[in-house]
Amino acid sequence: MLQIKDYIDIVGANALDELAILARYLQGKRIQNINSTAVGGGVAEILNRMLPLLRELGVDARWDVIRGDERFFSITKKMHNALHGVSEQLSDDDLEYFLEVNRRNAADMDLDFDIHFIHDPQPIGLVRERPRNGGHWLWRCHIDFTDPDPRVWEFLKGLIEKHDAAVFSAPAFARPLPIRQVLISPSIDPLSDKNKDLPEEFIASVFEKYGIDRQRPVVCQISRFDYLKDPLGVIEAYRMAKEHVDCQLVLAGGGAVDDPEGMQVLSEVRQSAESDPDIFVLFLPPASDLEINALQRGSTVVLQKSLKEGFGLTVAEALWKAKPVIASAVGGIQLQITHKHSGILTRSVEGTAFWIKQLLNEPEYASKLGLHGREHIKNNYLIFRHLRDYLLLFLSVFETGDIVHFA
Amino acid sequence: MSVFYFKTRLNLVEMLGIRVSTVPELLQQLRQVPGSSVYHHTHRFLQQHHFLCPEPPNDFAFWITNALGLDDLGEQLASVDTIRFTKINDLRDAFCAILEKYLQRRNGVPPGCHEGEEFHFMACRTFVFASPFHAADAAEFLRALRSISINSIYYHIFESRLRLGRVGNDFSLWFESIGNKPAADEIAKLDPYTITLEGLRKKIIAIVEKHAAN
Repeated sequence: MLQIKDYIDIVGANALDELAILARYLQGKRIQNINSTAVGGGVAEILNRMLPLLRELGVDARWDVIRGDERFFSITKKMHNALHGVSEQLSDDDLEYFLEVNRRNAADMDLDFDIHFIHDPQPIGLVRERPRNGGHWLWRCHIDFTDPDPRVWEFLKGLIEKHDAAVFSAPAFARPLPIRQVLISPSIDPLSDKNKDLPEEFIASVFEKYGIDRQRPVVCQISRFDYLKDPLGVIEAYRMAKEHVDCQLVLAGGGAVDDPEGMQVLSEVRQSAESDPDIFVLFLPPASDLEINALQRGSTVVLQKSLKEGFGLTVAEALWKAKPVIASAVGGIQLQITHKHSGILTRSVEGTAFWIKQLLNEPEYASKLGLHGREHIKNNYLIFRHLRDYLLLFLSVFETGDIVHFA
Repeated sequence: MSVFYFKTRLNLVEMLGIRVSTVPELLQQLRQVPGSSVYHHTHRFLQQHHFLCPEPPNDFAFWITNALGLDDLGEQLASVDTIRFTKINDLRDAFCAILEKYLQRRNGVPPGCHEGEEFHFMACRTFVFASPFHAADAAEFLRALRSISINSIYYHIFESRLRLGRVGNDFSLWFESIGNKPAADEIAKLDPYTITLEGLRKKIIAIVEKHAAN
């Protein structure tokens, strides 16, 4: 298991010292994280990485999981879709059942903590026990909240408002609410398989395996095969750029074979690419983090031409590798890239093609963008910033005022 | 002799749930958001992109230029000389005056941004705490300055002046108190808004080395 000292070379001793100082101010406070699954999914992944680091810093943090049956999780799945703007049928009975399962969990759980940190909508009904259990309550929303279904939003709003603060991942998710709303963006782990440094021989072996020529420029997009990632638009942009500059295109990503839409997109992408030997469409199995890492590191330019995006951490992953990135100006990507400073933001196929040409023709400028991008990710989107924000969030519930002075 | 205790600070970003898509909307909200929001949007870039040079703009200028395509107005907002201001409300008034003048001169419907590129008003809560470093003379100060975090430099140069209402930056005030006025004056003359934080560290080190004997 990774320890805090493993990150010293990346973030520096000062940053770690500041974390230790913050953690000291939380001495004696008991913090309870609650979500709905111990394994699988982004929330469990984050908690699995965060909890050991918080404990190593001396913070008394624990993690509990609520229980539910098939009906409960079917309701929460519909709720999840509805928050993404998808039309779903949720009856009054469904909503009452949702609250009932939360009530049962509350009766079985120890809720005697200073801070209850509730992750996502599934356990949000626990806050109704607040009058009996006290403590501070924080709600962490990990999902895209840009265009929620109004009925589900109204239902959840009544519960969100019972918390001390709501935490969102991007500014666009903020809503008019009577409680504090905190911005805590997601992060990448620089020591994970997807992001750690790789030996040059390994990178070369991956390119060799797929027959990609590293002597010629490589443009890549790493994404699941999904219309919202616009892989067909990527091919179009590549073709427009290739009229003036030689390059190859790698479209690599995973997807579930039981996802009919994903398979349809993959099929259309393969069809569009079949006449061009310089386009490589790679459908990768789930445990391909090292190969994805190698493909990003070995590419000349990385694209993320999404039509819609929650946060888009693949951008942070590419920037961390100091790659020049051309990405759509949507969702959280706009936080990760400052146009012409730490990457390029585009809004069209033509714009993407234009910047592919520019960056391939001006490698020094491209390299500068990549280096700035890496610095930006290092300072703002690594797991340590995430950990620091959590510590500040916990401290913030005990303090008032815009400026808080500790002795 | 007075001892300088280095402090440091970290920010938690809060969202106000206010989004705007045109210049009139920006002006209307800018007049009424809390001072911590004005501070955040004029200093966020500096903190998040402290490795960048030349001078990064404030959020208002950046949004007006890149989301609304109003280059002239963006340039005027980017040119606001933040170092001249010691009160957040005066800084706010300077931005509002530029926006008001633009709207008075302009005819027709003001342009709006694309969906998804709205300006989101945010603010920050700042947590100030002691660092392990302190100095009783210039030599100790130099040693500490080489080791402190950029958050500490940021606090003593920017935060303490504009948010805590001190007349100058903390470093100059201390050098003056120990009788090293040349170092105090030279540090005070720096425009920290046009230097990266690491660049600022190097410049202050050079100044203190030059005047260490005083």
